[in-house]
Amino acid sequence: MTHYLLSVHGPAERGEFAAYGSKEDMEEAFAATGAFNEKLRADGYWVFAGGLAPAGTATVVDGQGETPVLTDGPYLETKEFIGGFWIIDAPDLDVALRLAAEGSAACRGKVEVRPFEGPA
Amino acid sequence: MRNETAPVERAFREEYGHLIASLVRRFGDIDVAEDAASEALLVALEKWPQSGVPPNPGGWLMTTAVRRAIDRLRRENLRDAKEQAALVYDDSTPEPTGPVEDDRLRLLFTCCHPALAPEARIALTLRLLGGLTVPEIAQAFLVPETTMAQRLTRAKRKIAAAKVPYRVPETADLPARLDAVLTVLFLVFNEGYLATGDGEPIRTDLTGEAIRLARTLRDLLPEEPEVLGLLALLLLIDARRAARVADGLLVPLAEQDRSRWDRSLIAEGHALVRTCLTINRPGRYQLLAAINAVHTDAPAASETDWSQILTLYDQLTRLDPSPIVALNRAVAVAEQDGPDVALALVDRLPLTGYHAWHAARAEFLRRIGRNAEAREAYDAAIAATGNSAERAYLGAKRAELL
Repeated sequence: MTHYLLSVHGPAERGEFAAYGSKEDMEEAFAATGAFNEKLRADGYWVFAGGLAPAGTATVVDGQGETPVLTDGPYLETKEFIGGFWIIDAPDLDVALRLAAEGSAACRGKVEVRPFEGPA
Repeated sequence: MRNETAPVERAFREEYGHLIASLVRRFGDIDVAEDAASEALLVALEKWPQSGVPPNPGGWLMTTAVRRAIDRLRRENLRDAKEQAALVYDDSTPEPTGPVEDDRLRLLFTCCHPALAPEARIALTLRLLGGLTVPEIAQAFLVPETTMAQRLTRAKRKIAAAKVPYRVPETADLPARLDAVLTVLFLVFNEGYLATGDGEPIRTDLTGEAIRLARTLRDLLPEEPEVLGLLALLLLIDARRAARVADGLLVPLAEQDRSRWDRSLIAEGHALVRTCLTINRPGRYQLLAAINAVHTDAPAASETDWSQILTLYDQLTRLDPSPIVALNRAVAVAEQDGPDVALALVDRLPLTGYHAWHAARAEFLRRIGRNAEAREAYDAAIAATGNSAERAYLGAKRAELL
């Protein structure tokens, strides 16, 4: 088995309804994502998942010197950031891609599939 | 020396796809398989010139390659878990319900996996199943050798790290995945049949390899009509190869010397098209094959059944409403309804970067007698094509207008 990171990318600027156009859209996506998470658990693919607070809440820490240097904001300034992710345990890429497609439909965002190094 | 090694290299290339596919299955790793195969070649190059090519060269190469791979993995002290796993790789791994289980077929689906970039799919297929060398593939696609080597390395690394599966897709996924495989074979063939670059206008190494792989695919999936359709299509196009270039100029279908067409390939292609008709699940490649069957059925260009060809193009348009199909359909319309009707259809298509669009316009404009515009269109077509024989043909046509 291999662990895969399924990351969801969304806009840096989030409006009133997070990355969604309306309250209804947001609630539907949350419900669908919840159902998808349940399915991942039931089918044994679940390792971990979570939604992240906006990128503006991030702090970069460089601890390589004598005293850690702290910088406000995300490491890279881009238009899109990871908004949430799943870590799944799947037998091969075909299974991971199929689950990513289901997750993408549920959360209404594009999903990047990336394997962890080495077998799970 | 060359004469001594030629039979070994020929046997090696013929067996290469089989050899690599079996080794990948056994060791679960493409790099291990490739290294073992090239070690087996070195042993063969040393032994065969003296002892002669063994009666079963494939079996001999396989036994030697497996022995070398195991020796090597032992020598390296089974450095990591992957190689340990490879040694105990279990042949009885349960497989999903693939229609036929053949190592080459599994590997072909791995090479053409949709998670790989399209150009990487073609390169991997030619390398691993066709046995072409990296310099040969680099030359075929006009990229530097290092670029091609990097492309292959990156694709193989992704296959290993992301665990691109080595199996025939499940029946539900088969049509979509098969389509990616057929696309790769058709692209390889097309690159051979209208080669870019200043070399030979037709690259028979590429056309031959595409046909060989299509035949393999047909043997493995004989019930899939699109597989039969693709093989029929390639055979019916390849049958016209000898008549296609004369004195360095491309010869259009209508002007070809039909006595030079390969009758046995045409008969085989027609038989495949008839089989497709009885299966009655039409698809893109079957329709293209049927169109080519109509062309190869006509004893002379003037006897071509254009209404039949238009009917087939209409069917194809419903499956694939792309501008390229519309362009090819317009060529048939020109024969049936005249070049002015065809020109109106073609002018609407968003294909201004495509050599065949300019060439079709040039031809229609010339036939209507709008010579100045035809010359401009020939110039644009000449600038857009990368094929030496097509450039020569278009230049000659343009010169007739002066």
